[in-house]
Amino acid sequence: MSATDTLVRLRYRFLPDHMVGEILSKRWTDNAIPFTALVLTLAIFGNINPGMFSAFGLYDLAGQISEFGLLAIALTLVMISGGIDLSIGSVFALCALTVLTALNVYGLPLPVAVLLTLAVGAFCGAINGVLIGYMRLRAFLTTLVTLVMFRSIYEMILPKVATDIVLGMPDSVVWDNLGFSSFLGLPYAFYIAAVIAIVWHIVLSRSRPGWHIAAVGGARRSAHNAGINVRLVICLTYVFCGMMVAAAAILFAARLTSVGTDTGLGMEISVLTAVILGGTTLGGGRGSVAKALIGSVIVLIMTNGLLQMGVIGTVSALILGVVLLLAVWLDVRWVKNRQKLIDSSYVSPAYIQLKDEDTNTSVYTENDKLRNVETIGLGQVEGPEDVAVDRHGNVYSGSRHGEIHRWLAPDFKEHEIFAHIGGGTFGMNFDKDDNLVVCVGGMGLYMVTPEREVVKLTDETNRSWTSVIDDSRIQLADDLDIAPDGRVFFSEASIRYTVHDWPVDMIESRGNGRIICYDPRDGSTKTVLRNRIFPNGIVCLPDGESLLFNETWACRVCRYWFDGPNKGKVEVVLDGLPGYPDNINRASDGNYWVCLVGMRGPALDLAMTRPSFRRRMTRRVAPANWIYPNINTGCIIKITAEGEVLESIWDKGGVNHPMVTSCKEHEGHLYIGGVSNNRVGRWKIEGADPTWSSPVDYWGPKS
Amino acid sequence: MSEKEKTKGGKGLSFSQEGIVFLLTLALFVAFSIILPNFLTSGNVIALMRSVSILGMLALGMSLVVIGRGVDLTMVATLVVGVVWAVKLTNDGMPFGEALFYGGLLVSAFGLIVGLIVAFAEIPPIFTTLAMAPVIFGIGNPFLFKQDTHNAPRNVEWLGDLGFGATLGIPNTILVFGLVALVIHLILRYTRFGRSIYAMGDNPLAARMTGLPLRPIIVSQYIMTALVAYLVGLVILASNSGINSRLAYTTLVYDVLLVVVLGGIGLSGGRGGVRNVIVGTLFVGTLLSGMTILNLSLTAQNLIKSVVMMLALIADTLVNPRDEQTSQQGDI
Repeated sequence: MSATDTLVRLRYRFLPDHMVGEILSKRWTDNAIPFTALVLTLAIFGNINPGMFSAFGLYDLAGQISEFGLLAIALTLVMISGGIDLSIGSVFALCALTVLTALNVYGLPLPVAVLLTLAVGAFCGAINGVLIGYMRLRAFLTTLVTLVMFRSIYEMILPKVATDIVLGMPDSVVWDNLGFSSFLGLPYAFYIAAVIAIVWHIVLSRSRPGWHIAAVGGARRSAHNAGINVRLVICLTYVFCGMMVAAAAILFAARLTSVGTDTGLGMEISVLTAVILGGTTLGGGRGSVAKALIGSVIVLIMTNGLLQMGVIGTVSALILGVVLLLAVWLDVRWVKNRQKLIDSSYVSPAYIQLKDEDTNTSVYTENDKLRNVETIGLGQVEGPEDVAVDRHGNVYSGSRHGEIHRWLAPDFKEHEIFAHIGGGTFGMNFDKDDNLVVCVGGMGLYMVTPEREVVKLTDETNRSWTSVIDDSRIQLADDLDIAPDGRVFFSEASIRYTVHDWPVDMIESRGNGRIICYDPRDGSTKTVLRNRIFPNGIVCLPDGESLLFNETWACRVCRYWFDGPNKGKVEVVLDGLPGYPDNINRASDGNYWVCLVGMRGPALDLAMTRPSFRRRMTRRVAPANWIYPNINTGCIIKITAEGEVLESIWDKGGVNHPMVTSCKEHEGHLYIGGVSNNRVGRWKIEGADPTWSSPVDYWGPKS
Repeated sequence: MSEKEKTKGGKGLSFSQEGIVFLLTLALFVAFSIILPNFLTSGNVIALMRSVSILGMLALGMSLVVIGRGVDLTMVATLVVGVVWAVKLTNDGMPFGEALFYGGLLVSAFGLIVGLIVAFAEIPPIFTTLAMAPVIFGIGNPFLFKQDTHNAPRNVEWLGDLGFGATLGIPNTILVFGLVALVIHLILRYTRFGRSIYAMGDNPLAARMTGLPLRPIIVSQYIMTALVAYLVGLVILASNSGINSRLAYTTLVYDVLLVVVLGGIGLSGGRGGVRNVIVGTLFVGTLLSGMTILNLSLTAQNLIKSVVMMLALIADTLVNPRDEQTSQQGDI
């Protein structure tokens, strides 16, 4: 290996370029632009006006943020669902008037006054909600009209109660504390607002109603067709918006204890500004509590800062307007280009030098032994990646359609759907009690009992601390085997790509895969081995403490000790295979069948040592024209546990059995699966033990 | 679809929002004529027309962008800053014609900036113009002028004629309204530019793929709207013998928007024309005039106005229901 090669190898080994794309694809990077704007605003105005960060400045700011933030969250709710509420300023004034009138004029107890105010807010919201949600009026115009309507009502009531409000004194300690006392230097209102904000954050990001709101805003028609009650959801967003505005108005009234003709006037503009500045999209589908709060803080700090600097009103409005347009412009660019940026930076090829093929042996010489394979279920199954044979000789296979097929012994003419699982089914094996344990792409590890009951074993493992993307979900479980003590060891081929993108994982050839252990005794799932290059087939050795697994893109077979004195050790058993190994399974003579899904080629081998070439390819060339591994021609080889290759079986023309991804031996025959085949193959093995069957050999005869 | 709509329109106005509003206007007109003895005098009708012609002209300018699926909330700010600056230049000694020319350049520049932001920065027009209105006024108020009230230059004869004169018994203000309506009607119906605006409002993506120069059209729309606003400012200056820059703080622009929408030009674009604006203007004008004669307080007027508008919106929705399958995404 030359010095440059070593440098390239080290560079790709230690520089984590794959993290760039992973960080970009996190949801929270969506807030990058607003967050930067927030930091800049804090830095600039904090410098100009140091009093802002003093105890009093913070107290004052916290009080304003609690009201303004609640209003911003209220508008965000409506905007995520694809609407807009311009009437919030008027509703705010009306609610502040209600709570003050209730307390000061009529002397109602505080809880009653609060409930009454929330009811007024909800009622105003319900008017908007029924008109927009159920009667399908346009939100912008409707709320523009209700803005005028509610405002007129406010202006008619205000003169009648204004003097009484000023003269009245509510005798509620809680009310006084709410307005004037503080806890740990911050007003009580701030804590109330914080709790409400956290609740909404959880509702919007982690609950079904929140997802419904986002779904309605993101694609109203699809949401309707998916069975969401679009009208109810829209109506409710306005009702909750009204209640949130009422809550903000209560905090406001407690702080100022009076209302005037200008209360809430023009408020909809500044709140809308805050919400859009935070990155919530006008038109729906995108928005969060965090965005609303970021936007609110920016707007408040800027307006307060400009006011304190003595900038005259019109100029401060001018500055605000320019800053807003700049921020929104950047955000629009960001939204438009973020996915492109992710697409061009996510694929991050690594350096891998494959060991040269062993040319001294004639064991790989092509032959036509596999030509006389019989077919089972021709045209009845699509994509049987793996097959299994039970104690009675019935043949099972997975399929692309998420079903498990079964052909009954002895002639395999009778075909049935054994079970429907719902995801592409890959590796499968029988456990001690004749349950069929299956790896399901995109879903995890499942089990089908002999009574055809489908049971989920696991779909989640421990999240690794160093991984940027959340790797706790199992998305590409590939093959499994079961240790004598019942533990299921299964491979997850890649944590960075889903089933459909497996060729992209090949281009990357990074150690993205892992081996996971599911323990049925306590139901736990644990990742036992990380950073393997597309770990695929798995077979447990009879010693009960180690297993063999194939690393497809590394063209090698490894042995891993999960127990015993060598626990944790990984050893390469067989390196430099001429093709890409898929599954590995037991043979009757104590050796192992390995299926090579495709053969290596010199161009791709060379490309594997040129990561920068592959990166350029993924960025500049359409995916259809990338250089991919050949998976048309493969063969079956038999190896010993020590890694000696004994024989190879080919079908040069690929007539009867186009490709092989898996094979299982049973009573002198080999049952062959192929992920792009429409049949299962059955091949008579010369000289094999005609009574041997894997379940009996491994688990012993059934009592 | 368009064919169907044409036949619909041909049968009568009754099934469109325009028709509903027109019938409402007639009903109001008749009601006021019976209730209010002074209402149906020719003097009052002309006063009514004059008072709404400003609103109507602004609505005509607004309709240009609304048909193209945009909106321009900067109109009033542009109008105020352009006209006030021109008046101030004149008062500082510049000939009125020259000052008007510079004012025109200024408002074109405002329209250009707004158009560029909408077309090239791709910020939604509602938000762009919402943010640009204070920016435009902020450029005007401390930097170009500082006073609120500005009197019209006294020695300009045609300005007096525009404000108070009449031709063939019709006030010139109304004639200007008619002229603007005619010009915009001709542009929208008979020029390639006008048809492009409809195509764009109907489906911007399709218009773009067909090869229409979307961005230049957007930019010129906003420049035209700014110029219409400038003309309206001139009429205001003429008929009030002066202009107050605090006009920019009023909600006039929302009234304009409501005229446009009440007349039946949907905010989703591609529909309607000058006739809709005239119907909307007549409706709002009749309502305002009647309520003024009734001597209602401003608050009560607002309440009644909003209730009537809500009823019109509801009636429109009942007659032309929208549902989940047909409504456009992002159509607020």
